[in-house]
Amino acid sequence: MTASVEFRALRRVFGKTVALDGLDLIVAPGEFVALLGPSGCGKTTALRCVAGFERPDSGAVLVDGKDITDVPASKRDAGMVFQSYSLFPNLNARDNVAFGLRVRKVAAAVRRAKADELLELVGLPQHADRYPHQLSGGQQQRVALARALALEPRVLLLDEPLSALDAKVRVALREEIRRLQLSLGITTIFVTHDQEEALSVADRVAVLRDGRLEQVGAPAEIYDRPATPFVAEFVGTMNHLAGEVSGDHVTVLGQLLPVDGAVPADPAVDVLVRPEAVQVVPEEDGGAEVLAASFRGASVRLRLAVAGGEVLADVPGHEAARLGPGTRVGVRLVERPVLVAARTVTAPTPVVAADAV
Amino acid sequence: MAALTGLETVSGTDSRPRVWRGIVFLPAAAYFLIPLGASFWYTIHTPARGVSLSAYGELLTAEGFVRSLLLSLGLGAATIALVLLLSLPAMLAVRLFAPRLRPVMEVLCTLPLVVPPITFVAGLSTSLRVGTDVLAPTPFWATIIAVQDPGFPVVLVLAYVVLVLPFVYRSLDAGLRTMDVRTLVEAARNLGASWPYVLFRVVVPNLRSALASASFLTLALVLGEYTVASLLGYEPFAVWIVTVSGSRGQLSVAVSILSLLLIWLLLLAVSTVFSREKRK
Repeated sequence: MTASVEFRALRRVFGKTVALDGLDLIVAPGEFVALLGPSGCGKTTALRCVAGFERPDSGAVLVDGKDITDVPASKRDAGMVFQSYSLFPNLNARDNVAFGLRVRKVAAAVRRAKADELLELVGLPQHADRYPHQLSGGQQQRVALARALALEPRVLLLDEPLSALDAKVRVALREEIRRLQLSLGITTIFVTHDQEEALSVADRVAVLRDGRLEQVGAPAEIYDRPATPFVAEFVGTMNHLAGEVSGDHVTVLGQLLPVDGAVPADPAVDVLVRPEAVQVVPEEDGGAEVLAASFRGASVRLRLAVAGGEVLADVPGHEAARLGPGTRVGVRLVERPVLVAARTVTAPTPVVAADAV
Repeated sequence: MAALTGLETVSGTDSRPRVWRGIVFLPAAAYFLIPLGASFWYTIHTPARGVSLSAYGELLTAEGFVRSLLLSLGLGAATIALVLLLSLPAMLAVRLFAPRLRPVMEVLCTLPLVVPPITFVAGLSTSLRVGTDVLAPTPFWATIIAVQDPGFPVVLVLAYVVLVLPFVYRSLDAGLRTMDVRTLVEAARNLGASWPYVLFRVVVPNLRSALASASFLTLALVLGEYTVASLLGYEPFAVWIVTVSGSRGQLSVAVSILSLLLIWLLLLAVSTVFSREKRK
């Protein structure tokens, strides 16, 4: 029942905004792919092209190698869960789940059995008779998921289904979606703007920017080896540090590190460093000073003043006590290849980008 | 319209009495009930004959009572059906496919409010007259004649559809605002529902109270409408009332009270039907 999905040179323009600008992506059967990107990058439009709610201006969507671009939304074999609560308010949970079966004129007894089975699957067997307004947001999205799965579609489309929920429910539900997806083996496309969400559940993450595919790869690859500065910036937090390239090495904060990937012609570059790759030790005569520390439970994010600029560092939570604001510290970067990009910071001041403390 | 207001006041009597509510309620009740009571007393009491219900008896047996009432009800039902069939799909289409046209549609639908019925009817009768002449040599002549059949004047239905458009638009718009139409429609489409299925199984059930109030207003307006019907020369209930009562004071008041009661009962029936279905 599972299928491959292919986006082929998909292009869609709304007035003056180009939502999709030649998107190419192949999702393998049974794969869980997250489309990740900032708002307006075209990820939802791409998903809606698969569902049939948007028609691409050019290009095609293929399911199992068959062009479905001209198939009406009601005839496509793709279950969708929406961002906003989409349960029919006049039907209880069971009837909502059975809606698609009812459209297909499946016998009432079969419908009921199937709906109950699916509600059980999403962990809501007790809630079959409740109406949407009697369910919490998380429960509503679970029912919506069951409803999307009721017709045993070949593709499951998730359009930011968790963004309206509170943090704890969000994490629990995304784990559950992943568990269900693995056990059903259904091809799933998951749209999200939350990089943590994308990295934690997907087999592969596709980062979109301005309607184009920026990079696609396994979560670890996206995080550790971002192909472009945009991906590096968007996924996780990045420090931009001024550096000097010499050969295939770069000098940054007094350390010589190997360069990963292409080296720009101009030797003056930005060196991109993850906060967790910055090691901090208390040192009486250290070259840096802790400006602020924000406690995050498992870790602490420090804002450090280094020679001529600031840098963010993540250290284990238990070290928070000895790294309070004002502490003199020594800063080292983890010895590993680093990404460099054309200089955007005003040299030689290292500047901190992304979400500051 | 008066009947509708009356309905609201009467249903308000169930509420638990509190002092401040009483202060509002009593004058309001007096405002409606005293004239009604006085009228009723006037119809059943004459200094010469004392109390008798003869005015009502005379009315119910008068020629044309059933005919004109049935005509009005038929016109009301036809108007409700036509105006809902026209406006609901149009409003949905505008919401889903051309949201920018919404202000245009709003203005268009509100327009009948600012056109006085007398102007409306003048234009209508001119059009009918000229239309008959122009269409005389064509096959459409039969159509324009059929539309004006006094047995069931379709032209009145058309005119009433225009007149009730502002009220229907307002009711339906309020109803559509309470739900996320686009998402619900897309969810249903995604589950394989055809457009008619979406309309009747998804939108309509979630729009019950809006549809009920649109129907109320239409029915009330059609049953009480006098100007257009009378000037075009038809005799639905409102026109018949005026004709039959003529110069007989007692009878004309009796007829008003009776029609008020009738319309009120009718609206009550409609409202019970809708609220019962909703509870189901």
